[in-house]
Amino acid sequence: MKKIASTLVVLAALTVSGQLASAETTLQGAGASFPAPFYQRWAQDFNKQHPDIQINYQSNGSGAGVKQFTQGLVDFGASDAAITDEEIAKVPKGAVMIPATAGSIVLAYNLPGVSELKLSRAVYAGIFLGTITKWNDPQIVKSNPGVKLPDLGIKVCSRADGSGTTFVFTKHLSAISPEFKEKVGTDKAVSWPTGMSGKGNDGVTALVQQNPGAIGYVEYGYAQNNKLPMASLENKSGKFVKPTLESGTATLASVQLPANLRIWPEDPAGAEDYPIATFTWLLLYKTYDNADKLKALKEFITYGLTAGQATAPSLGYIPLPKEVVSKCQAALDSIK
Amino acid sequence: MSGTTASNEKKEIARYRSVPDLFRVLCWVASVLTVVILAWIGYEIFSQAWPAIKKFGLNFITGTAWTPGRQVFGVLPFLIGTAASSVIALLIAFPLGISIAIFLSEDFLPVSIRQAIRFVVELLASIPSVVYGLWGIFVVVPLVQQYGTILSKYLGFIPLFEGPAFGNSLLTASIVLALMVLPTITAISRNAFVSTPATLREGAYALGATRWEAILGVIFPAAAPGVVAATILAFGRAMGETMAVAMLIGNSPRLTWSLLSPSGTLAGLLANQFAEADGMQINALMYAALLLVILTLGVNMLGEVVLRYTQKRTAGIN
Repeated sequence: MKKIASTLVVLAALTVSGQLASAETTLQGAGASFPAPFYQRWAQDFNKQHPDIQINYQSNGSGAGVKQFTQGLVDFGASDAAITDEEIAKVPKGAVMIPATAGSIVLAYNLPGVSELKLSRAVYAGIFLGTITKWNDPQIVKSNPGVKLPDLGIKVCSRADGSGTTFVFTKHLSAISPEFKEKVGTDKAVSWPTGMSGKGNDGVTALVQQNPGAIGYVEYGYAQNNKLPMASLENKSGKFVKPTLESGTATLASVQLPANLRIWPEDPAGAEDYPIATFTWLLLYKTYDNADKLKALKEFITYGLTAGQATAPSLGYIPLPKEVVSKCQAALDSIK
Repeated sequence: MSGTTASNEKKEIARYRSVPDLFRVLCWVASVLTVVILAWIGYEIFSQAWPAIKKFGLNFITGTAWTPGRQVFGVLPFLIGTAASSVIALLIAFPLGISIAIFLSEDFLPVSIRQAIRFVVELLASIPSVVYGLWGIFVVVPLVQQYGTILSKYLGFIPLFEGPAFGNSLLTASIVLALMVLPTITAISRNAFVSTPATLREGAYALGATRWEAILGVIFPAAAPGVVAATILAFGRAMGETMAVAMLIGNSPRLTWSLLSPSGTLAGLLANQFAEADGMQINALMYAALLLVILTLGVNMLGEVVLRYTQKRTAGIN
């Protein structure tokens, strides 16, 4: 469905562009579905200022994005999991990663009558390991005084497809629980010991909505748009933090970006930090043969890193901290 | 005069025959192309699956864990999920489909109403899979969730109904699958009932059989091979069904006895993981695809053979 829809959009764009000026530059991008609404918003707003530049972003998943980028089928790729040095080596023209936005991964749940839920580190690791199976487990009750927790089985919802979201979430769980690291481990697709799986963030969101007693990990924006309650999680300093844009921003502010701009705050230490937040990356080639495309791409991404960040909060994303933006800008300037 | 016309005609015919018949050529090309494409698909799947076949062999089929990150690939849970969901779907659809087929083939109702009902049942086959999936999400999932919870509360000691009851479960997928294969069962077995020779029917009534005696004692046995073929073909369809099942079954790679637990199917596994797969995972998925093709092709061929055999056998009596 998505593919058909995006093909139609591309076709429509092509027809429209055919009628307008012929000296038009079209940029093709593909990849991660999590930041897709944000990139598409950039593309729209940017196109209003630069009617001669068309940007098509196909939201087909991080894995597909990296694949198409490596094969040189697109002008830029996008991935929730930053690509490894091995993957970069496979790209003939070389690759540069630029963090474009960030988001929190939240635990959305479906418990009739429970609107506030606090989960300690041991508890949410246990839930996803399948060792805590009931909502009225004493360990959950302990951190939720005054909340009436039902005698209901916990239904864990996870991703059935390979995904950057799963990668970041399992990386965090592996960092806080040695048992999780050993039994499940960190990967884009893992074998979950319990529960059910759906395809995409929307698939998991739907599973949580359909099943009372369900809990699943999704991007903040998806839970917020579907009005699903989100659990407050205990961070490294022992404080329960609600997933909000502020707490996500706090997490990112404490991150020190290395030179290759690849980092995961797998277990942030700050007192106000929400424990699971991540950047999502744009993948660019080191060199472009077409000067028009290069110019358009640089203008587009500069727009995204500066003015484009302003729309982040309304769409459920965390705006990039200033220091990150300047580092990204430097990386962007290195492209020829 | 007449002699020259005849020889002219002969010449014409000879000339006509010397040029290849375009229609024939087109038919040949089309039919050969179909076979070639099938062989090509088979070859492509096999060659892509080969690295996984070489590496995992039969352990792939008996393995119970599917963990791409650790290069562990076993499809037993998906094989069992595929078989279980199809069998349960048939358990539901068979009695229903056969009853409808009998009802529509005997003169219980005026022909016009029978035609209308038949049309509606066969229309079920034209509903897109994803629509069945959506319908399942909005109708069947809440029902299974609600009644499954009650069921697991009182019958939870039986492994089949062990809780907690998930809305997205083996049972949910099977119920929707049953509806999807209903037209296959109904249409083919109705044909079998209708084509039972009238002499058999009349003979039964002449001997004083009641309507039910005639149906159960004479018509049903005569049509039985057709009914078996219908069931096998429906089984084949249920096994290959992808979209609706992937939306409803919960896609879990774990083995479980409970009907109320999530499960997974081969087709669902492919649909979910292919886009994001790389390296050995692609080969492993191709191996799974190969198994699925062998299974569905085998079952469908069996169904066709039974259907042929029946048509031949009943063709003589009239």
